[in-house]
Amino acid sequence: MEVEQIEIRDHIKRFAPFDNLPDETIDRLATQVEVAYYRAGSTILTYGESIGDLYFIRSGAVEVYRRNGDLYNRLSEGDLFGQLGLMMNKKVRYPATAIEDTLIYLIPDAIFQELWEAGEHFADFFDIEDQGLLRAAVSRQEKANPLMTSRVRKLITRSPVTAEASISIIEAARLMTEEGVSALVLMNPGMQVDQEWRPGETPLVAGIITDRDLRTRAVAEGLDYSTPVSEFMSTDLVYIRSDQFVFEAMLSMLKHNVHHLPVLHRNKPIGVVALSDLVKYESQSSLYLVSNIHHQVDVRGLKRLSRDTAATFVRMVNEDANSHMIGSAMAGIGRAISQRLLELAEEKLGPPPIPYCFMALGSMARDEQLIVTDQDNALVLDDSFVPEEHDEYFKALAKFVSDGLAECGYAYCSGDIMATNQAWRQPLRVWKEYFTDWIEKPDAKSLLNSAIFFDLDGIAGETQFAEDLKALIATKAQRAPRFLAYLAHAALNRKPPLGFFRDFVMENDGKHNNSINLKRRGTAPLSDLVRVHALACGSRAQNTFNRINAIEETQLLAEGVANNLRDALELIAIVRIRHQALDIEAGREPDNNIEPENLTRFERRNLKEAFQVISNAQKFLRHRYHASGGGSIN
Amino acid sequence: MPASSAAARALDWPTRFETLAATAKSPALQRYYAGGTPSGDTPISDVPMVAMDFETTGLDPDIHSIVSIGVVPFNTQRIYCRNARHWVVRPVLPLHRESVTFHGITHSEVRAAPDLREILDDLLDALAGRIVVVHYRSIERAFLDAALRWRLEEGIEFPVIDTMELEARWHRQKPPSLWDRLRRRKPESIRLADSRTRYGLPYYAPHHALTDALATAELLMAQLQHRFSPDTPLRELWQ
Repeated sequence: MEVEQIEIRDHIKRFAPFDNLPDETIDRLATQVEVAYYRAGSTILTYGESIGDLYFIRSGAVEVYRRNGDLYNRLSEGDLFGQLGLMMNKKVRYPATAIEDTLIYLIPDAIFQELWEAGEHFADFFDIEDQGLLRAAVSRQEKANPLMTSRVRKLITRSPVTAEASISIIEAARLMTEEGVSALVLMNPGMQVDQEWRPGETPLVAGIITDRDLRTRAVAEGLDYSTPVSEFMSTDLVYIRSDQFVFEAMLSMLKHNVHHLPVLHRNKPIGVVALSDLVKYESQSSLYLVSNIHHQVDVRGLKRLSRDTAATFVRMVNEDANSHMIGSAMAGIGRAISQRLLELAEEKLGPPPIPYCFMALGSMARDEQLIVTDQDNALVLDDSFVPEEHDEYFKALAKFVSDGLAECGYAYCSGDIMATNQAWRQPLRVWKEYFTDWIEKPDAKSLLNSAIFFDLDGIAGETQFAEDLKALIATKAQRAPRFLAYLAHAALNRKPPLGFFRDFVMENDGKHNNSINLKRRGTAPLSDLVRVHALACGSRAQNTFNRINAIEETQLLAEGVANNLRDALELIAIVRIRHQALDIEAGREPDNNIEPENLTRFERRNLKEAFQVISNAQKFLRHRYHASGGGSIN
Repeated sequence: MPASSAAARALDWPTRFETLAATAKSPALQRYYAGGTPSGDTPISDVPMVAMDFETTGLDPDIHSIVSIGVVPFNTQRIYCRNARHWVVRPVLPLHRESVTFHGITHSEVRAAPDLREILDDLLDALAGRIVVVHYRSIERAFLDAALRWRLEEGIEFPVIDTMELEARWHRQKPPSLWDRLRRRKPESIRLADSRTRYGLPYYAPHHALTDALATAELLMAQLQHRFSPDTPLRELWQ
């Protein structure tokens, strides 16, 4: 080229999105650049004035504002601004001021438009409408993993093998052997698989039995071979629809600890998906780990196996699993360990004197557990509970499980929210009183400490107790505006930062910090605010994504907000997860703190957008529930 | 302040250009002078400028030669890279080995390069009607003058804004005080790279004529924003 703008060319091509442009394009761009200098404190762009260039910061620092004067972003070397104006009628949308002496390379609009038309990567980078950027980032991620793009129907290779539920054990075993299947779908009398069915009618399917059921429930129990399988088949059926994604089938298996799922298409069974169909998608499946956990005979075995958790976590990250899958898999592992510990405890202590439900609270209940986690659990006992007679047993049970969990890497809860604490080892009626008090007589302090109880899940024993509590919460909370206001107030305690500047985290007042705790400043405030809406809607969902789905159906949120919340949560969670995986791979202790220098430019940009989504959602929350933010409520 | 610059500021460059346009023998120079020059009253924000830098085989215009030339047009608001030019020219005397590594220009490039005479029309066109901006006027003005005397048997005169002289106004104005001398405090460097640092301008690899010209243009923009009002008349700046 005639003009050798070596400095300009070499500098620009170090930064996204120019780093992906071909050399000829960059050379041509460099020859078209204009240069401008702005002294610290001087105005670069004024709202509404015409704009004909994209601004690339060569050196210095620039603040960009919203139209109302709020700080929108603080930018430094390699950052760009002015693109929104170029895309919207060539008028400045966000004013900008130099806060240090600043040298700008101006890239003419014509070149900007040409690159925009030509390159997908380039266009993606500038898709700066808040939703667009997050959506693009999250959908890129989704496309990377076949579990998230393949539908369950693709797994089905044959129609289901069915029989009437009245069939005997020996007939069932023969049929399964002839057909070479490990699960048999059992139909209600007179029902055919291809028969029309309407909601409200007797279900077509009565239940399912598997190889394992035949072994554990029939042979091991010494049942006569002529016994009808209907006597021991699983009737509380967990289904999957044929149009659901493979990862949803995986979540369902993890959640319910089953290895076979009947697949329904328009309410008719069209096949069965087995664990072995899913693990083809994963090299060392978390499902295998869960099933292995159930085979351990002592705490030592569980402890040894729990070391594989980190490996499973890292593998899922490297295979581009989404945060919902990873969170569910980790929760599934934790749940399985808890369940197995309870079984071992019962072996040691003898059968429980009265029924009980072991509850997980917090992230495990939400299916959002990650690798760095402590244990939060409680015991709900049958109302026939007599402390003098029964509590010694349950105290010992709780201690066995809690110690076992600690052995397996789930640290004791610093807030003592564990079944070993007598307050959280109570009969169902006391738990109902707890929740009724929290909801009907709320105060700021008790709600700060009790919010965690509003994420609950029965994981062993009489899980119906937990369902009763969920029902009570769902009924009472939506009619308790004062409770919702307090809960909303608590949800506003932790706020996201504004974004990043150089290697600092930038707060809304412009102050800088060296690192950010992505849990405390990102995922936690988001799940806190979603919990408030979910309770207000009477939803019984626990998982934050599921809660967002439930909220979306009520139209409580403005159009598109639910999508933004989902994308923001996914994005922050996955950055947090990826950095924990990197820590593990590098032999470091994983934590939730991230230093901005370890974030890519894309991660920073996307995180900034996600923080903005949370910030807007917090404003709406304050307004919707009349919660005062920040200061205390009297 | 050096007496010569005070004299220069008193100089009436537009009239001088008219005279030179009439008396120059070379058609290229006639054309250049006929393009005129802004008057000393012109506010700097209205002055079209061109930053120019030479790489040379040494520092003495009578024995050393120009090896490359970079020019980039600009005004107080913008530098226009798309109109920048860069030429490698064949020196009259052989290139020293050290000089080669210094400028990054190879012997074969120099052997293939044209003589300055062949690019003179293009160079003068790039300068015409604009105020030349240099960092250390003794190089560019003296070398161009000597090169033209050698080839056309007449030299060239033109006003320059010298960013180093501007920098000297603030950092060389007073002789060092006794206190400074006692503390062995060194005066601020007014070299191009050091001067740029004071205005928050980035580091550019030195000794490429076009990069140095761009660096000089940026330095003047910064000096003007920090030290002068946009209405400052040209006569307060030029030499």
